[in-house]
Amino acid sequence: MSEITVKDIIKPENLVYQKSKLLTEKPFHYCPGCGHGTIHRLIAEVIEELGIDEDTIGVAPVGCAVMAYDYFDVDFQEAAHGRAPALATGIKRVWPNKIVFTYQGDGDLAAIGTCETIHTCNRGENITMIFVNNGIYGMTGGQMAPTTLEGMKTATTPYGRKATLPQGAGFEGMPNNGYPLRITELVAQLPGTKYVTRQAVYSPAMVRKAKQAIKKAFENQLHGKSGVNFVEIVSNCNSNWKMSPVDANKWLVENMLPFYPLGDIKVDGELVKK
Amino acid sequence: MASFKGAILVDTERCKGCGVCVVNCPCGVIGLAKEVNGKGYNYAYMEEPDKCIGCASCGVVCPDGVISVYKVKL
Repeated sequence: MSEITVKDIIKPENLVYQKSKLLTEKPFHYCPGCGHGTIHRLIAEVIEELGIDEDTIGVAPVGCAVMAYDYFDVDFQEAAHGRAPALATGIKRVWPNKIVFTYQGDGDLAAIGTCETIHTCNRGENITMIFVNNGIYGMTGGQMAPTTLEGMKTATTPYGRKATLPQGAGFEGMPNNGYPLRITELVAQLPGTKYVTRQAVYSPAMVRKAKQAIKKAFENQLHGKSGVNFVEIVSNCNSNWKMSPVDANKWLVENMLPFYPLGDIKVDGELVKK
Repeated sequence: MASFKGAILVDTERCKGCGVCVVNCPCGVIGLAKEVNGKGYNYAYMEEPDKCIGCASCGVVCPDGVISVYKVKL
């Protein structure tokens, strides 16, 4: 057999994978190795596969993904901090035939936007919510978020997050940081949610699973199944975790996943995991 | 058994050299170049092109979508 060279393989007819055409040519501003880029790609691929790019309206949050509208070649609206679900509700009610999705981080969805998140999920609006959870406020410099794990060091919890007030000398007057918030489990309890799942994007297998989940969340909305489709994606923030991207993914598997277990929580309105 | 041979094309100017593709390649094909691109990142390249099977794992995990994967059946 004659030797086949790289030049012979790289031809348009042999292409098996490339970036979705629904992403613009603008390079992502995210840090190297950030999960946001992967999740952007997955959403673009799903919208492209479903052929709904003309009918999709995204709602961008405040946070690292604030510039999401620059990267997708679909209609986008920018929301005030945490108010993406409220804005998506309005858009969906005015245009019931459009596919509306929000893209939010944990500081946006689980902190300042908790009210909007819970009430939108409770009203059962027919929208898709993508929730990127990296346990920290990325854009503002790594402050503690509600989803920050216990013991995790951040800019505002330099000795690690302490859920309860420490006892003993030297700790008097130190603040109690509260417990990490599992908002995905919380909204799964509400009757207004249709599909609630938690995924991750640290390895090829997980990325493929996450894509299936995002696809299901969009298909549910496309088929008019009433209820919020909520997809949490556990992601990394290597800059503020102060690690290399590869180490951050390892840290995520060892520390984030035990507290935020992956898998479907609610499918077609039925709780599958307690 | 049918065998496959693959190749990747990296958009070197957009690559940020995070190295996620390097550890997720099942065949150890990818490495980070000693040279840097315009932004100063050590971009990914095919260190051992003969081993590539075109599984697209690198393309799937790449956070910046800079990797295109090509595959032929031998």
